[in-house]
Amino acid sequence: MKRIITLTVQDRSGVLNRVTGLLQRRQFNIESISVGKTETEGISKMTLVVEVEDDQRLEQVTKQLNKQIDVLKVSDITDKAIVVRELALIKVASSSQLRSEINGIIDPFRALIIDVSKDSLAVQITGRPDKIDALIELLRPFGIKEIARTGLTAFQRGHQPQVNDLPTYSLLK
Amino acid sequence: MKVEAKLEFQTSTAPKTGADLLIDLLINEGVETIFGYPGGAVLPIYDAIYRAKARINHVLFRHEQGSIHAAEGYARITGKPGVVLATSGPGATNLVTGITDAMMDSLPLVIFTGQVARSVIGTDAFQEADVMAITTPITKHNYQVQSISDLPRIVKEAFHIASTGRPGPVLIDIPKDISAGELFEEPQEVSIHLPGYQPTTKPNPLQIKKLADALGKAKKPLILAGAGVLHGKASAELTEFAEKHKLPVVTTLLGLGAFPANNPLSLGMGGMHGTYSANMAMYECDLLINIGARFDDRLTGNLKHYAPNAKVAHIDIDPAEIGKNVPTLIPIVSDAKEALVELLNQTAESPENKAWLETLNKYKAEFPLWYKHNPNGMCPQWLIEAIHKVTNGDAVVTTDVGQHQMWAAQYYNFDKPHRWVTSGGLGTMGFGFPAAIGAQMASPGSTVVAIVGDAGFQMTLQELSVIYEQNLPVKIIIVNNGALGMVRQWQELLHGNRISESILHSQPDFVKLAESYHIRGLKIETQEELITKLPEVFAYDGPVLMDCRVLQQEKVFPMIAPGKGIHEMIGVKPS
Repeated sequence: MKRIITLTVQDRSGVLNRVTGLLQRRQFNIESISVGKTETEGISKMTLVVEVEDDQRLEQVTKQLNKQIDVLKVSDITDKAIVVRELALIKVASSSQLRSEINGIIDPFRALIIDVSKDSLAVQITGRPDKIDALIELLRPFGIKEIARTGLTAFQRGHQPQVNDLPTYSLLK
Repeated sequence: MKVEAKLEFQTSTAPKTGADLLIDLLINEGVETIFGYPGGAVLPIYDAIYRAKARINHVLFRHEQGSIHAAEGYARITGKPGVVLATSGPGATNLVTGITDAMMDSLPLVIFTGQVARSVIGTDAFQEADVMAITTPITKHNYQVQSISDLPRIVKEAFHIASTGRPGPVLIDIPKDISAGELFEEPQEVSIHLPGYQPTTKPNPLQIKKLADALGKAKKPLILAGAGVLHGKASAELTEFAEKHKLPVVTTLLGLGAFPANNPLSLGMGGMHGTYSANMAMYECDLLINIGARFDDRLTGNLKHYAPNAKVAHIDIDPAEIGKNVPTLIPIVSDAKEALVELLNQTAESPENKAWLETLNKYKAEFPLWYKHNPNGMCPQWLIEAIHKVTNGDAVVTTDVGQHQMWAAQYYNFDKPHRWVTSGGLGTMGFGFPAAIGAQMASPGSTVVAIVGDAGFQMTLQELSVIYEQNLPVKIIIVNNGALGMVRQWQELLHGNRISESILHSQPDFVKLAESYHIRGLKIETQEELITKLPEVFAYDGPVLMDCRVLQQEKVFPMIAPGKGIHEMIGVKPS
C-alpha cells in the first residue's frame, strides 16, 4: 500500500541522506520525496510516498524514522483530510498547427503553456498525481520529449472531519 | 609581513587550539582513557594530548580495529562511553567493523576521526574518505564539526546520545583546520537541546497494569532477559521479580549474567545453541515477557514457530524493536529497571504455574547440555569448565564469534552481571582479545580471560604489544582446533561435509609468538597439563597466552539449523 508520510526535520547537512539511506537499508521503497523549508527557520519538511506491504512494516518505517536524531516529527497523513499537490513540467513535440489542439486539451486541467519553441512547447501542471498522470496520457500521442515532476507534497487541511465520515480525499490509497 | 608576525606569535605564546579545547571537553565529560592511533589529520589533537599528558591517559594500539574493540570492552564493563580516536581515511575506515559491532550490540562509544581540512574536503585529498556517509548507517548519530565554536555543543550532545536511551556509537569527524585552529575566545557553557531525541524511560502505567493482569492469568509464563537488563543495571530487580512470581527465565547470548545461572528458575541461554529447556520453554509458553532483548534471528529461529501460543509482552527502551520481528500484545517502551520496579509495585497475583515449572525442571533434568570425553584429546567444553572452576566463575570473559564463543556461553555459568563481553549481533572475529584489554583497563582488579579461537585471534593479535606495554594481566586462552570451527561444523552438517577452506593448515607457534611480544606463552595438549598449569597461570600477575589444543571434530550442540523452528533442535542428546 502507498502511504504519504511527512517528516519535520532539522535543516542540517546530510539529513536527506540519513532519511533516504535508512529507507534503503531497511528495504522500503520510496516512490517520491520532496523537501523544502518551512515557516520556521532551521526546520525543513519532507514529504515521502512509500510503498509498504502491511501495517507492521508501516509501523517499522515510522519508528525507524523517528529514531533519527535530526527528525523531529513523523506523521502518516494518508488517512487524514489532506491537500496533496505535485507540479510537472511536460515538453511536448508540437508544430504551430497543433498548438491550439493542445491548448484545448490542457485547458480543463488548468495547466499553462510556459515555453514555446519552433517544434515544441512546455506545459506546467499542478495538481494531484493522478491528474498529472491523466494529462500526460492525453499528451502522449503528440510525442512527449521530456517530463520533470517535483514529487508530491502535502499537508493536513485546516479542519479535520471525523475520520469515519471522511471520503477518500487521498487518491493514493 | 603577515606571515612573519604569525610565526612570531606561535613561538612566543602558543595559543589554545580547537584540539586543546577538545581535550578539555573530554576531561570535562569524565573521560579517563582515549583508545587511539595517530595520523596526519589528527596531529593537532595528538599535540594537545601531549600537552595534557598529566590529565588524560592515551593508549596506543597497533591497529585502529584493536582500539575500538578495546573501547567496546571498556564500555561493556563500565557502562560509560568508550572514547576512540583515529585519523582520517584509512584510520577511520579501519574503525568501521568496531562501529558496526557497537551499533548492533548497543554499546556506548564516542569516536573521533580526523578529517582533511575543510578547504580540501571533496577534492579526494590525501587520506580523505567520506566518513560521514560511511558511518551514517552504522552510528546512532554522527557529526562533522564545521566551526570551533560548535565543538562544546557537539561533544556534549555526543556523550549524551551515546550513553542514554538505547546506547550506541556516536562519531565526530573533525577537519584538521578545526583542530589546529586557534581559539580566540573562551567557549560558553552549553546546554543540550535535542528536540528530536527524547527517549522514553518510564513505562506507561496502563501497559504495566495490562502485563500484571496477563501474568495473573498465565499458566505458562516465561521471562526472556536480554542485554537491556544489563544496560539498565536491573539484574537485582529482575531476580526479585522472577522469584516473587516464580517465573522461569531464559537469557539471550548477550543477556548472560542478567539472571544468575545458578538460580533454580534459570533455564540458561536460548537460541540456536541454547539449552533444550530454554528453547522448549519459549516454544510452549503462553505468556512471554521479553525484557530488553530484540528477538534476534539467532534467538528465535524460524519466526513461524517462535512462541506460537504466547501472548508477547515486550519491555524495550527502543520503540522500534517492539513489534519488529514478533507481534507484540503488550508493548512497554521503558528502561528495564523502571519497568521492573513498577511491576514489583503492582499488587499482581502470581500465576498458577506449578505444573509448568515441573515440566521445565523435567526438561532440564532430562536434556542437559552434554559432551563426551574423548581419549584422543581435550574437549573444548571441558576446557571452559576448567576455566570456570579456576576463576570461581567470577572472571570477566571475552570472546570472538564461533564455536569457542558458544562453548563459553554454555559452560561458563554466569552468576553475576557485567562479566560477559562478546560480539553478539555482528559476530566479529578478532573482537575478544582487544575487548579484553579494554575490560581489564575498566576493571583493573578483575581477572580477565580472553577466550578466543585460533583463527579469530590471528585477526587482532598485534595488540599483544599493548598488554605488555600496559602490563595488563589478561589471560589469553586460545581454543585451538586448527580450524574455523563453526564454519567447519556447518560445512560438515549442512554442506555435505565439504570442508571448504575452513582448516588452517599452518599456524604460527603461538608460544614463540607470545614470547616475541615479551609475554609468557604455554602450549597445552592434554587435560592433565591443563589441570596442573591453570592455577599457576591464573595466580601469575601478568599476561599469559595459553595455546590449548582441542579436538577439531567437536561440534556445538544442541543446534537449530537455519530456517528451522526453535523446537526442532538437533544434538539434544548424545547419539
